[in-house]
Amino acid sequence: MIRLPLILIFSAFLFSAGVYGVLARRNAVMVLMAIELMLNAVNVNLVAFAAQLGDITGQVFALFVIAVAAAEVGIGLAIVILIFRNRATINVDEVNLLKW
Amino acid sequence: MSAQEYAFIVLAVVGSASAIAVVTARNVVHAALYLVLSLLSVGGVYLVLGAEFVAWVQILIYVGAIVILFLFGLMLTKAPIGRDTLDNQRRWLGALVGLGIFAGLVFMIQDAFDVRGDAWAFEPVQATTEQVGSAMFRSYILPFEAISFLLLAALIGAVVLARKDDAA
Repeated sequence: MIRLPLILIFSAFLFSAGVYGVLARRNAVMVLMAIELMLNAVNVNLVAFAAQLGDITGQVFALFVIAVAAAEVGIGLAIVILIFRNRATINVDEVNLLKW
Repeated sequence: MSAQEYAFIVLAVVGSASAIAVVTARNVVHAALYLVLSLLSVGGVYLVLGAEFVAWVQILIYVGAIVILFLFGLMLTKAPIGRDTLDNQRRWLGALVGLGIFAGLVFMIQDAFDVRGDAWAFEPVQATTEQVGSAMFRSYILPFEAISFLLLAALIGAVVLARKDDAA
């Protein structure tokens, strides 16, 4: 027996750590890592509710989220490397070309 | 408390501590390695919940592919070490927002679910790979095709973005 709210609190903690990472980090690669933590929190919720409801759908969508996360990291790191090549920095505070 | 709950709590404590380490580590490579630990404990949570296939996909794709991509990204970009270059000057504001979100979520969870009682306790049933496969290819074939198209677009996009264009 396992209590569902404990899993939800764990997932909420992972999500909050990810939010802090996105807001506090200046290195673009570290921001992407924090986004991975947030996506993982969502996956934990999906799998927990799939187990509690006895419905496999949550697991299927967790797999979809993992695939989207892989695509996101591929594109994100390509953009980061391109910014580094052009500006010689990946500090997100200094990359403000589109800032009005 | 049952054995499953003990296993979950150990995994959750390890995962939460390494998640904190990911967002506070001063060395970027250490942060990537803490991310491995955090993702592995999330995979362990999936095993405890009986989602075996998702757990192995998590370990294969996240630990095997995504973290390796992160390490390559860190190696190809200059990675200065130290709190002042890695973190924002006003990181306490970020900490405030993170704590606020956590407090709000925990309040809503304990409001909607009975945290202390056993009303929401359940016995995890092992989900076989066959069940996952037939659900994916019978009911969710359209999202599956959309994901495969997305992966193709991401593949081409990453190649186009990262290519060194000598002519231009």
